[in-house]
Amino acid sequence: MPATYYQRSGLRRYFQETGEVWLFARRFFKEALHRPFEGKELLRQCFIVGNQSLFLVGMTGLIMGLVLTLQTRPTMEDFGAEAYMPAMVGVSIIREIGPVVIALICAGKIGSSIGAELGSMKVTEQIAAMEVSGTNPFKYLVVTRILATTLMVPLLVIFGDAIALFGSFLVEHMKGDVSFRLFFNKVFRQLGFGDLIPATAKTFFFGFAIGLIGCFKGYTSKKGTAGVGRAANTAVVVASMLLFVLDFIAVLVADIFFDL
Amino acid sequence: MEPLIHIENLYKSFGGLHVLNGFSLDLYDGENLVIVGRSGSGKSVLLKCIVRLLEPDSGALEVLGQPVPQLSQYEMDHLRTEVGFLFQGSALYDSMTVRENLEFPLRRHPEKMKGHDVGTLITSTLESVGLAHTVDMMPEELSGGMQRRIALARTLILRPRIILYDEPTSGLDPITAKEIIELMLRIQEEYHTAALIITHDMDCARVIANRMIILIDGKNYAEGAYAELSMSPDPRVRAFFK
Ligand SMILES: Nc1ncnc2c1ncn2[C@@H]1O[C@H](COP(=O)(O)OP(=O)(O)OP(=O)(O)O)[C@@H](O)[C@H]1O
Ligand SMILES: [Mg+2]
Repeated sequence: MPATYYQRSGLRRYFQETGEVWLFARRFFKEALHRPFEGKELLRQCFIVGNQSLFLVGMTGLIMGLVLTLQTRPTMEDFGAEAYMPAMVGVSIIREIGPVVIALICAGKIGSSIGAELGSMKVTEQIAAMEVSGTNPFKYLVVTRILATTLMVPLLVIFGDAIALFGSFLVEHMKGDVSFRLFFNKVFRQLGFGDLIPATAKTFFFGFAIGLIGCFKGYTSKKGTAGVGRAANTAVVVASMLLFVLDFIAVLVADIFFDL
Repeated sequence: MEPLIHIENLYKSFGGLHVLNGFSLDLYDGENLVIVGRSGSGKSVLLKCIVRLLEPDSGALEVLGQPVPQLSQYEMDHLRTEVGFLFQGSALYDSMTVRENLEFPLRRHPEKMKGHDVGTLITSTLESVGLAHTVDMMPEELSGGMQRRIALARTLILRPRIILYDEPTSGLDPITAKEIIELMLRIQEEYHTAALIITHDMDCARVIANRMIILIDGKNYAEGAYAELSMSPDPRVRAFFK
């Protein structure tokens, strides 16, 4: 039968779900702009998102900076270009590696926890309980979380970038005896608005995507404990893929506007 | 007398599964109406239609004289504050304390406070379910029976006129179940609510029902007082009373 055939088809499911995510996002904008606002819960979610990932982002950033510098330094030395190390590392971290790696970490940490939390609230009927008491669970649970990730992921990226640059400085300091001032002078001399603005702007979209997908997967998760696991798992997978797509789009757009 | 809930010829199916096939009921003020049916017969679906967690396919469905499927979201949210819903699994918000669980609906419906302050209302409501000391505990620290009571308190705090109970005694031992039933009776006197109770616990039905409906094949199969139905010669009705 054609109906069952299409139902099994992954492609159809893909398009259907894309449509559902789109409607979910539209509902987010509608509800985010209308009173009442859940300000207190928003602050709490911001704190949770930041607090949850701060350590992880810091560790990742540090290692990213160390490794990147250790690995590229020999090559740069071969060309006698080790003086350009800070500039090179700065640009690659701030423009690309920092935002993408840290957003991926956040997708894993925050996306999965949002997916699991909302998923288990869904299957234990807590979301339904909010609804039947005449309150708006979408506002309370979804709007606050998406806003929180949209605001906090950029901050986490900035934090991670800073730690990564510091890690890079440590290596430069040990191997090349570069001072703190000199290192960061070189980094920032190289960076222009054309690097900073698109790099920061895209992290807002990354944060939005992480929150959106985590909430969507959790809020629409199916019955049963398996449903919760799947919600958490697919939240990470889909959000991570979406991050790369967004990154690609961001690079294209930046290319047009900032003429790199 | 106008019924508080009026349902006529309600149909609801999921794909090819016909769950409700022309179900009807009227719930009157001050009444405890019990609906019994086997597991999977659509009892929870019926309750969910009443509060519009599910949309029925067809049929009339009025709560407090208002046509539920046609209401706007705003009107529906207002109506929902008049109708309490006790979930089969209690559905307490597990990331919040008992106090926050009760505060949650109240703060979002300040008109329901009627000049009282939040703290007083929470204390008095918790007292009426006998659990005032749990106010700062988390749901996971409470037993199943206590969770059920807190869920009832969370429902009561908005002072609803109707309470829908979805298997209030399921998953509880007989003694705790009996306590919950006594509590339900006491609540009804104290708060003057009508109740629609879904159960397959016949002890519960015997104690609490003014009237019963037996739900089989998505329809009202039989209707009457407990005593009447328990004498029924029909084997499908008798099966519930053995
Ligand atoms: N959202 C839904 N989507 C699809 N099918 C559903 C949905 N909700 C319920 N059903 C189906 O409807 C039927 C009735 O379910 P319902 O939960 O009302 O049973 P019940 O009478 O409450 O049983 P129990 O006593 O076990 O709680 C079941 O077969 C169930 O699979
Ligand atoms: Mg049920």
